[in-house]
Amino acid sequence: MYIKVLYFARIKEALNYSSEDIDLPLEIMTVMGLKNWLSLRGDTWAQLFNGKQVVRAAINHELVDDMAVIQAGDEVAFFPPVTGG
Amino acid sequence: MTIRIQTADFDLGLELALLRSASPGIGAVVSFIGQVRDMNEGDLVSTLTLEHYPEMTEKALVTIAQEAKSRWDIIDSLIIHRVGTLQALDQIVLVAVSSAHRGEAFKACEFIMDYLKTTAPFWKKESTTEGERWIEPKISDDRAKARWQ
Repeated sequence: MYIKVLYFARIKEALNYSSEDIDLPLEIMTVMGLKNWLSLRGDTWAQLFNGKQVVRAAINHELVDDMAVIQAGDEVAFFPPVTGG
Repeated sequence: MTIRIQTADFDLGLELALLRSASPGIGAVVSFIGQVRDMNEGDLVSTLTLEHYPEMTEKALVTIAQEAKSRWDIIDSLIIHRVGTLQALDQIVLVAVSSAHRGEAFKACEFIMDYLKTTAPFWKKESTTEGERWIEPKISDDRAKARWQ
């Protein structure tokens, strides 16, 4: 299924791009599954998504936890803990 | 309820005057201003750049303002948050709340700031004498939010 994935702040900087369309294998159904799948793309990805750094996620502009289910057409965003205000 | 995300500065006096004069039932206005400091972690800060997630930011702030309204008997609220590159003494954020009595406005204003700090998708990067670095979240901010749960 196709989803859109966005990256922000230090994650965007480390990857050097801010968004991509991904054709996700059907067996990947959760935010945790997507993180694990992304972490297999190489060293930079592994460092970001292997669970050692806190990476927050949003689906369709709502904060979610790692067990949230991803559906076709979703916009999934990954970012570090927020620091506004 | 008014939410604005903007690069431009804002006029605190004008914003408070508008909020204050909206209804004769208002007996209290509480406001908070956050501004850029010139020092952080012992280093001199030359600029602070704020990034955000535009499609999500406004939604997150509306959710926070609505939650404040459901918890306390307030009349109106205003949140202005700036993005882009700022320097010391620049205003970053304004939260203002009006109510009939001060207690509700004080609590709601503090609640909105505590939730904004921990759930609204903004990220700060500072340029210092030691180079550029992303600002780390503070445990004290999570504790401040947890008080309201």
